[in-house]
Amino acid sequence: MPRFTSETKARIDEIAGRYPDRRSALLPALWVAQEVYDGWLPEEAMQEVADHLGMSRAEVEGVASYYTMYNKEPVGRHHIEICQNISCMILGSDDLIHHCEHRLGVGSGETTDDGMFTLSRVECLGACSNAPAVQIGATYHENVTKERLDTIIEQLKSAPSEVAHPAQAKMPEQGQF
Amino acid sequence: MHEQHQILYKHRFVEGIKGIDVYRNHGGYEAFRKALTMTPEAIIDEVKLSGLRGRGGAGFPTHIKWASVPKNTDQEHYLIINADEGEPGTAKDRDLMNNLPHLLVEGCLIGMLAIRARKCYIYIRGEYAEPWQNVQRAINEAYRAGFIGKNVLGSGMDFDVYTHLGAGSYECGEESALISSLMGERGMPRLKAPSAPLYTVSGAWQKPTPVNNVETIATVVPIINMGGAEYAKIGYGSPRSRGTKLTSISGHVKKPGVYEITLGTPMREVIYDIAGGIRDGHTLKTYIPGGSSTGFMMPEPLDYPMDYEGVVTAGAMLGLGSGGLIVMDETTPIVPVTKRLVDFYHHESCGKCTPCREGLNWLAKIYDRILAGGGRPQDLDLIWDICDNVRGKSFCGLGEGAIVPVMTSIKYFRDEYMSYIKSGRDLVMV
Repeated sequence: MPRFTSETKARIDEIAGRYPDRRSALLPALWVAQEVYDGWLPEEAMQEVADHLGMSRAEVEGVASYYTMYNKEPVGRHHIEICQNISCMILGSDDLIHHCEHRLGVGSGETTDDGMFTLSRVECLGACSNAPAVQIGATYHENVTKERLDTIIEQLKSAPSEVAHPAQAKMPEQGQF
Repeated sequence: MHEQHQILYKHRFVEGIKGIDVYRNHGGYEAFRKALTMTPEAIIDEVKLSGLRGRGGAGFPTHIKWASVPKNTDQEHYLIINADEGEPGTAKDRDLMNNLPHLLVEGCLIGMLAIRARKCYIYIRGEYAEPWQNVQRAINEAYRAGFIGKNVLGSGMDFDVYTHLGAGSYECGEESALISSLMGERGMPRLKAPSAPLYTVSGAWQKPTPVNNVETIATVVPIINMGGAEYAKIGYGSPRSRGTKLTSISGHVKKPGVYEITLGTPMREVIYDIAGGIRDGHTLKTYIPGGSSTGFMMPEPLDYPMDYEGVVTAGAMLGLGSGGLIVMDETTPIVPVTKRLVDFYHHESCGKCTPCREGLNWLAKIYDRILAGGGRPQDLDLIWDICDNVRGKSFCGLGEGAIVPVMTSIKYFRDEYMSYIKSGRDLVMV
């Protein structure tokens, strides 16, 4: 069942209008698709993007598979991404990751059985001066300790899912004034 | 202690400076108004006088980049801003975009005037949701205030500024890969001059598209305000390194943070005064001056000027880098840290060229084996040989950068490798 509504398509068209050619809107269009498809990109999502931008699905998949933030599998309601790169590592991100794995009962890259949490190790988040850093949805948490992470996880259990990324087109006022 | 000029961050801590009203009350968009009265050549001349060099890592003179954009052509030009900050240890563009988004927008407007472009794309890495929101909000405000849009300030010129989100790829910070990504392709690098035209002549969409770093373009604002000659007076070191550099200091220091540091300030002052020194009870073991690709450096010498030239004279393999100073004390196990970086570069390698794709793959495997206790005496020579086959032979800077921490770690911490190889244990953790 296609999920792109005329509104979705209009959003992508508006974005495409910002570039000299239509295919340049592929990355933002995939963000939109990921939002519409509950945080990941099943084949149908990529097909819809391909159809709407006039590209082949192979091309779209080739691009989508290159970028780590396009999820190729379903993710939990909350995606906990812990930075493992150097500045975070020397300030204890490995401990944080192990703690989180233990607490949630999943390995990195896995989703809890109840579909609540996905845990990922990620590369430098650019929050090095406030390491260790954890990204959950669109929100950064910095100077994170195990205790703070526990508190955050507890709070998330009753919090609404935050779109893995607020897709580019969501900003209402881009463009013409 | 040397005075630290606050040029970019003069109003960084002013309440509400994110908003256009407060920004304008503090002189915001005055540089743009001034630039509107100048010819493109005059703007480039001021930037030339200032000595501004790229703040993203390469240190290329900004005025040369801009002057190479063709002048007599009917082609549309586009200004591209690299906000794909991903170099491990670097968090300064994020700080700037979060706190002074209008400075970035104003810089983009001046940059567009200088190269006669009417559209600007700010390529922001996908993880930076918050900076993106801040920048987009600033753009929206600037549209409403008439600084962007149709017939800006009665000049007869139309300007557009767009944000474009990446989706998780370190390689896209390489300017030609960024161009590919902006065009909706995999973020792979492209052939460069002299084998291909400069991007400033034929870049994205085969149009002239210079790519400037966030901090570089923001620095143009104070340069136009104060004049290039005045800006060029700032600096304590080399005559070729003028002005200030945003530096994110991380690791085992008392006061990590993003600081605006006057170029040429001694590295010792940067670590021990500005960043407050090493955390209590510990000593400096090593540091990385400007993002992981600049490699490890030793506690001595430390009294050299922190600028483009000074870092190289002190022995850095890749110069000042992106401004991500990572400080490590004696508790840091070098081999696992280096392995972490190797895994990172291996993961981020786009796979286009063989030296980088295969070299990093093998390096990652060898490090896995060494850390698992299977190290062999000849491994260090083997690693060095692989590095040598990546260095100078990879298609873009990713491979070049990847081997620097590896080579410097072997150069300075051979004993830690030997401990793994002989006993399977870490010298530091034992």
